[in-house]
Amino acid sequence: MEFDWSVIGEAMPALLSGARLTILITLAGLVGGLAVGFVAGLMRAYGNAFLNAVAFAYIELIRGTPIVVQVMFIYFALPVLADIRVNPMTAAVTAIVVNAGAYIAEIVRGSFLSVHRGLKEAGLALGLPLWKVLVYIIGPVAFRRMIPPLGNQFIVSLKDTSLFIVIGVGELTRQGQEIMAANFRAVEIWSAVAILYLLMTGTLTLILRVTEKRMRIL
Amino acid sequence: MSIVEFRNVTKTFGPVVVLREVDLNIDKGEVVVLIGPSGSGKSTLLRCINALEEINGGDLVVDNISVKAGRSQVRLIRQEAGMVFQQFNLFPQMTALENVAFGPRRVRGISRAEAEEQARALLAKVGLAERGHHYPAELSGGQQQRVAIARALAVKPKLMLFDEPTSALDPELRHEVLRVMQALAEEGMTMIVVTHEMAFARQVGTRLIFMEDGKISVDGKPADLLANPENPRLREFLQHVH
Repeated sequence: MEFDWSVIGEAMPALLSGARLTILITLAGLVGGLAVGFVAGLMRAYGNAFLNAVAFAYIELIRGTPIVVQVMFIYFALPVLADIRVNPMTAAVTAIVVNAGAYIAEIVRGSFLSVHRGLKEAGLALGLPLWKVLVYIIGPVAFRRMIPPLGNQFIVSLKDTSLFIVIGVGELTRQGQEIMAANFRAVEIWSAVAILYLLMTGTLTLILRVTEKRMRIL
Repeated sequence: MSIVEFRNVTKTFGPVVVLREVDLNIDKGEVVVLIGPSGSGKSTLLRCINALEEINGGDLVVDNISVKAGRSQVRLIRQEAGMVFQQFNLFPQMTALENVAFGPRRVRGISRAEAEEQARALLAKVGLAERGHHYPAELSGGQQQRVAIARALAVKPKLMLFDEPTSALDPELRHEVLRVMQALAEEGMTMIVVTHEMAFARQVGTRLIFMEDGKISVDGKPADLLANPENPRLREFLQHVH
């Protein structure tokens, strides 16, 4: 077979608009996922028995089910169960928030608890309330340790958006699928799609590496 | 007037009883040296004073506040009782100056400029005026411990607790920390020191307490006790630490 570059040229505008959507879902999902993950992780690490149990149940529920099932549930089952109608885009972002949040919670918990106990005691011994100790002392040390595992999770979440093909969100994989169905140029289209994903994950890796270099790991 | 008052205090870790109905009064201005074999409860006794360990029985009153009076009261106790740890526990993401200025800024709520001004004076006092911009990892153990002392002093405590402050240091670095502690004692600071430094106990201590098995078994003047230890267990202990 012959690799036809013009196919890629013609497909590129649609693929790029798909990539834009992929980035949008990832960014919005990860911002929310970080917020959810921090709250759930700190509930696990420092909460009372009740908060701890709530966070634990959430994390186990999400980690124990596939993300495709989660997004299908949000998109198809929620309207039946609770009369909540969501558009595909909202369902996609929510799925990333909920899914990444559970994994990030474990990253947050692990990083905070990995900080030497003596630092917490030193902060408390000065007469600070626990929340200030977490914000000013433990947090900054823990944050540096989170960067490598968070990077992993960001990349996983970015690639997970490809699964939203099942609810018809026009992200990159969906765009590739639609063009392929029309022209049957599988090699060109899927190569282009793969390279676009690589460019996005590569950029993410680069950003994380720069962040890590600017901060000493403590 | 007593600043620390143990009333029948009991502390347990699960099934293990660490403090057994301890009664102890410490007055303002005393320099109390706590010694005893490992596991005798001396560190736990110290850590109960600023409620890093919760007591299980009896009552413990520090500067007229009970350690059982609730969280906000416990924070007040901790502000009055500065603590120095065996492992220094400096905040690694902050410079020496920021470590010392941290307490006044975040606990007492004073401005950054004012806090750093005070911090500079305190660093000078512990002989580290030139080291303010260094991170803990760039300082020797003795220097780190002196920064830790300055950090505790910055909150202007009425009482200082030292938990084996020289045990993690090389012998040649110990004297620089002990000198700072001696100067502090000479200023009249109330101090409770868990240590194995018998020379410090003799020269600086006003009171020596020997603990064994969760109880205070000897309590007296350091000079007398060290010169003529009547208690056989104390005598045996002193032979091992000398």
